[in-house]
Amino acid sequence: MIVLEWATALFLLLGASLGLLAAIGVLRFPDTFSRMQASSKASTLGLACLLAGTALRLPEVSVIVRLASIAAFIMLTAPLSAHIVARVALRRGTPLWRGTVLNEYDSAKCNAGQAESELRPSELRPSR
Amino acid sequence: MLNVVFQLALALLALALLISFVRVMIGPRLEDRVVAMDLVAVLTVGMIVASTAGTGQRGLLDAASLISLVGFLGTTAYAWYVERTQSS
Repeated sequence: MIVLEWATALFLLLGASLGLLAAIGVLRFPDTFSRMQASSKASTLGLACLLAGTALRLPEVSVIVRLASIAAFIMLTAPLSAHIVARVALRRGTPLWRGTVLNEYDSAKCNAGQAESELRPSELRPSR
Repeated sequence: MLNVVFQLALALLALALLISFVRVMIGPRLEDRVVAMDLVAVLTVGMIVASTAGTGQRGLLDAASLISLVGFLGTTAYAWYVERTQSS
């Protein structure tokens, strides 16, 4: 069927282009966290497009089950690994980009340190 | 037509792999390298899947699922290692 072939070609090219965009983002973005965002989001969508194209190309049960398991695993673990790497990077003090507007982690850490150091129950919740 | 599309998709993915290896080499901190290696794992899975669609070799998909498993384990092992080194 010609429609299936066009859909396969579209999905494969879209997935490969999204993978290339993820790589360009990882190369060009200014700090670790924006690189991490480019990597995790664009590569997940690109891989999903590649898997959909392959499933349209080889529509058999054994192939589709394996492709679906790969897709489920990648979509479950990509946000998880991005979260782990971002947490470790924050704790190691990775420098943010100088154009960063908001860093909620530092203010939260300051408030928590103040509440722990004073140890008075009335001031455990810091007032703004 | 489809053969040209497969070759083009593999070429784009190979270019993406090359670019992310550049980030692995020049990455100023350890986290940049870990993020780039994670991207390399995902792109390798994508290349294997695209070549499965191109050649029709079904057995390659097992290698793709294995690489996706090992890539996640590598990232988790990195996080565990770094947190252990910092706390001690």
